[in-house]
Amino acid sequence: MEGELLNDHELQASPAPLRTSATVPVVEVRHLSKTFGGERALIDVHFSVLPGEIHGLVGENGSGKSTLIKVLAGFHVPERGSELLVDGRAVPLPLRPGQFRELGMAFVHQDLALIPSLTAAENLYLGELVASNRWWISWRAQQHRAAGTFRRYGLRIDPGAEVARLGQVERALLAIVRAAEEMRRARGTRGSGLLLLDEPTAFLPREGVDRLFALMRQIAAGGAGVVFVSHHLDEVLEVTDRVTVLRDGRVVATSLTAEVSHERLVEMIIGRRLEGVPRPEAGPIAGDGALMAAEGVTAGGLENCSLYVGRGEIVGVTGLVGSGFSELPYALFGARRARGTLALEGRRYDLGSLRPAQAVRVGIALVPADRLAAGSVADLSVVDNLSLQVFRQNGPWLDRGRLRREAGQLVRRFDVRPPDPDLTYQSLSGGNQQKVLLARWLRTAPRLLLLDEPTIGVDVGAREQIFDLIRETAASGVAVLCSSADHEQLAALCHRVYVVARGRIVAELRGDEVTEGRIAERCLIGSWTEGRSA
Amino acid sequence: MNGRGHDPSQEGEERQGRRLPSLAALSERFGLLIAWALVTAIFGVLEPRTFLTQANFSTILGSQAVLVVLALGLLPPLTAGDYDLSIAAMLTLSAVTIAHLNVHLHWPIAIAIGVALITGAVVGMVNGLIMTVFEVDSLITTLGTGTVLSGVVLWITHSNTISGVSNTWVNLVVGARPLGVPLEFYYGLALAFLLWYVLEFTALGRRLLVVGRGRTVARLSGYHVPRLRVGAMVSSGIIGAGAGALYVGTLGGADPTSGLTFLLPAFAAAFLGATSIVPGRFNPWGTMVAVYFLVTGITGLVILGMESFVQDLFYGGALVIAVVLSQVARRRAQASS
Repeated sequence: MEGELLNDHELQASPAPLRTSATVPVVEVRHLSKTFGGERALIDVHFSVLPGEIHGLVGENGSGKSTLIKVLAGFHVPERGSELLVDGRAVPLPLRPGQFRELGMAFVHQDLALIPSLTAAENLYLGELVASNRWWISWRAQQHRAAGTFRRYGLRIDPGAEVARLGQVERALLAIVRAAEEMRRARGTRGSGLLLLDEPTAFLPREGVDRLFALMRQIAAGGAGVVFVSHHLDEVLEVTDRVTVLRDGRVVATSLTAEVSHERLVEMIIGRRLEGVPRPEAGPIAGDGALMAAEGVTAGGLENCSLYVGRGEIVGVTGLVGSGFSELPYALFGARRARGTLALEGRRYDLGSLRPAQAVRVGIALVPADRLAAGSVADLSVVDNLSLQVFRQNGPWLDRGRLRREAGQLVRRFDVRPPDPDLTYQSLSGGNQQKVLLARWLRTAPRLLLLDEPTIGVDVGAREQIFDLIRETAASGVAVLCSSADHEQLAALCHRVYVVARGRIVAELRGDEVTEGRIAERCLIGSWTEGRSA
Repeated sequence: MNGRGHDPSQEGEERQGRRLPSLAALSERFGLLIAWALVTAIFGVLEPRTFLTQANFSTILGSQAVLVVLALGLLPPLTAGDYDLSIAAMLTLSAVTIAHLNVHLHWPIAIAIGVALITGAVVGMVNGLIMTVFEVDSLITTLGTGTVLSGVVLWITHSNTISGVSNTWVNLVVGARPLGVPLEFYYGLALAFLLWYVLEFTALGRRLLVVGRGRTVARLSGYHVPRLRVGAMVSSGIIGAGAGALYVGTLGGADPTSGLTFLLPAFAAAFLGATSIVPGRFNPWGTMVAVYFLVTGITGLVILGMESFVQDLFYGGALVIAVVLSQVARRRAQASS
């Protein structure tokens, strides 16, 4: 097994060093254009990936990244004149669905496509089982083989472990190894393949990302081209050799990563110069101004946490993934089994018996991170989704004309694009989905707004708009609690930040301390000290 | 459902207005009605003397009122995302309860019907509580309770048919014929109106829909999800019992098994109905049209001399085709969005 991987590239005709002009790209697209009903999604795109390189693909949502990926996956039919070359040979477009496999391409999407109830080994060989007609599968032998594969990639994953019980990082690693193996099998000795990773790190904690990068580098070193799609520019800058920026369907630039700065990259992505990030002014001070105070919150991974949020204050809660911080909004909303008390404007509620229905009634709003499964009904219209809270009121007759008018006003006020309330919710982009979700809760005039990862999967432009909405909401006297693992977001948004480690609040940062660096530092130190005392 | 929403490439297409329904959308909405008209026309041409008679239409409209009511009874749970497989057993239990109380124990018919309706509510409540308190899948729950109900029916009747139910009730169901159509047809029509109003025009109806499409969303939006699901099951229990009352009135008695054969046609009609009028949603008018489309087809074929096995072919085929159609429609909607 160990030898096989090496053999593959020994057999390659020219193990050419990276970025010499002689290197033939593993995959190259030229003059790629795609139009959706008059709207040009891709315009004359040139994009090539060399063997052995990690190539970043960045751009706002709507810039054409996904369309490009879907053309390669054979999901979209590109326009005439578009060309695709694999190992320098032209491949007729459009691709058949699934043809990408034969061409040696493999995709890992954000949702990873693993089956949680099966073991790591079973998931690893899912693709192989499709093509196999064996009458007897020795699962012991398969596990043994899987263990060998994992070893080869330097991973310590128990092949017999159910995927549901693996950590998020292990799951991502498993999905990538599976894709790399599929690519390798398809390619045989003909070449090196293309591995396309579509935001695999979006849900990973920072220290997990490093393990992912090590794996990506190893796969690239084996001669494959790796495409890394991510919103996290620091990660892109860290791991890629070259980076291609898309904006409004065009390639803005493809450059050596070493030659671009973070600022320059952001400017290319958004297409304008950076302005200073507004610093939050010092928020209201503790004590008498506190609108919400929670005591002894114990839920999920949380143990005995006490915190408060003042009127008009935006308070962050963060920590390493697994520290339990993300449970807090749900516990305070009565959506998780919890203990402790919640005081809201002086009235006390027992978290043990609080339910979402009561929480809503007393003026608490929760914006969950999972917009499509927990936040909104994906296949209903924007009008219906904006009216979810209105449906809670009872009346003899539902004034649908009024609901639609009000939805139209909300859509315009919250700048949802396209401003058509009759679209289904799922057809909106991530940022616009989030605006709809916020609009629906804010129309109920809540007193406490609980947010869980409010800008996850949201593009740069919409992210700023969402920040502004949250700031305006707080300024109107609402208490905001924002749970997030995105330290940059917390630094930009929050007056105060609680840091959770191993279920306990270990730090409270305020004023000038609320910086990305300080938050990250407290997360690490916090978990270290908690770990030693525990 | 994962990650569908993050797709920026979708935006382009969505910008085109969608104010005017396209021809495709219209034909989807009214396709079933048109199919019904076509089926009627074809049999009318083939068998003008027997098929195109007022008596035949009156039979088609009247005789299937029980099926219409039963299929409508499925709509609240289906909208809330649950199946009620016990509804046909509930119909049978209701029918034999009414017959037993009225014929054997000489209770007044009104009270017998009242008892049956209350039984329906209790059965629905039990179904709903098993589903929500113990979080058992509705399919399994109602498969079990439905079988239990069938057992109770055989127990009450000793597997015998009970006949001789009060003529007052028979007259109220099939006796009077406004516009030549038995009264029971109008009961079905009234129920369709009521459900249409509740499902389409009240907050309650929208809450049920949201619970059906996104249970977690509903819970996190502060909806009383278990209460709504139990309520939907109670209403299907009551409507199922009502269908049983109509069945007793139609037959003038009750037998312990024939009601069970309504289960599949009722589901076939509900699912076929969900492909028309309001495509993608279980809706009462679509359901009603579906029932009459299916029955017209079957009646026509029987008049042409086909044997009664054609019923099973038709109902079974309709259920499968309906589900296939809605799946195709959903896939198309996804591909275009």
